[in-house]
Amino acid sequence: MGIASGGRRRRRQAVAPTRPPASTEMALSKSRVGVIGAGVMGTGVAQDLAQNGFEPILLDTAEAALDKARRSVRQAIRAQALVQGAGQREPAAAVLGRITFTGDSGLLRAADFVIENATEDIAVKRTIYAELDRVCPAPCIFIANTSCIPITRLGAFTGRPQQVIGGHFMNPVPLKKTVEMIPGVHTAPETLEKTEALMAELGKACVVVGDSPGFVSNRVLMLTVNEAIFLIQESVAAPKDVDEVFRSCMGHTMGPLETADLIGLDTILNSLRVLHDELGDPKFRPCALLTKMVDAGQLGRKSGRGFYSYA
Amino acid sequence: MTSQDTRGQIRSYLERVIQNAEIEDDDDIFENGFVNSLFAVELVAFTENTFGIEVEDEDLDLANFNSIDALAGFIERKRAAA
Repeated sequence: MGIASGGRRRRRQAVAPTRPPASTEMALSKSRVGVIGAGVMGTGVAQDLAQNGFEPILLDTAEAALDKARRSVRQAIRAQALVQGAGQREPAAAVLGRITFTGDSGLLRAADFVIENATEDIAVKRTIYAELDRVCPAPCIFIANTSCIPITRLGAFTGRPQQVIGGHFMNPVPLKKTVEMIPGVHTAPETLEKTEALMAELGKACVVVGDSPGFVSNRVLMLTVNEAIFLIQESVAAPKDVDEVFRSCMGHTMGPLETADLIGLDTILNSLRVLHDELGDPKFRPCALLTKMVDAGQLGRKSGRGFYSYA
Repeated sequence: MTSQDTRGQIRSYLERVIQNAEIEDDDDIFENGFVNSLFAVELVAFTENTFGIEVEDEDLDLANFNSIDALAGFIERKRAAA
């Protein structure tokens, strides 16, 4: 997960902006998209699908996470209504009615796509992909919404690496219109085409990049955030001043520390650890202050406190 | 809780989440570009959680949320109706 903070992005427009004919295998069924993980990203993906007419199946083993997801979707839609005018948006109840919240992976047995948003832990993902591979039909495509883990590795956890692709959504998903798309070594061109068509249904363009830990976005962003945290640790500047330099001097929408609070400091730490392990480069070592804040439960917006207070 | 307390709590919240901003009671926080949809999620949640009121779908009108004065007035009306 991540935020593209500022700067101009060169966009590659998604192909196939409209759905292909229903008679082909590429026909998208709006009721056959599974979403794994009811955290911030999975919930955002499910909401976005539902607001675009899909009937997603949001799967999480934790009932508490599913309850929280229901509340988050309701709040997010109501906030959209507030900003855009209630008449512009479907009521939250109608959107929620299209999402199936479940702990039963068996509901994915007819899925065309599964978008996986589990925590950034390779062992957890290995278990999930083995399960998906067992439950989902042979043509089903797995889109890994990972921020750092190589897609080729995730593909190897399945018997269908040609149908595994990285789709790095930005947060908040319903508002961010570009996805970093990452084919692995074995990903078939047809998988990319079908996935781009699905993204087009959500009004999203894709930037296609190569498979490497952290891809483009987080290879650069995580290092930037980590270095900004070192500045705080060394008392070089206060968080608001670090962010102000990026906002005012460089024209970014958000500075690195408010971005970190939005993503979640636990996710930042996990991502840095993956980059450190995968690339073996000490420049990705997590700042001690970051580890300490995560240990203290100061995870950013989602916990009410990070570099700023949100309580 | 007095109307002044309500305003104070709202201002204190806004100044925490909107960095480097000085906000007058009648400033339109949406028009000034201080806030976006992400913030609107938090503002509605803050209103419900802090003041113990339920924001109904028909309350989702910028006129209820776009300034400290507006939000304090909305909270008072909801409490009076409860």
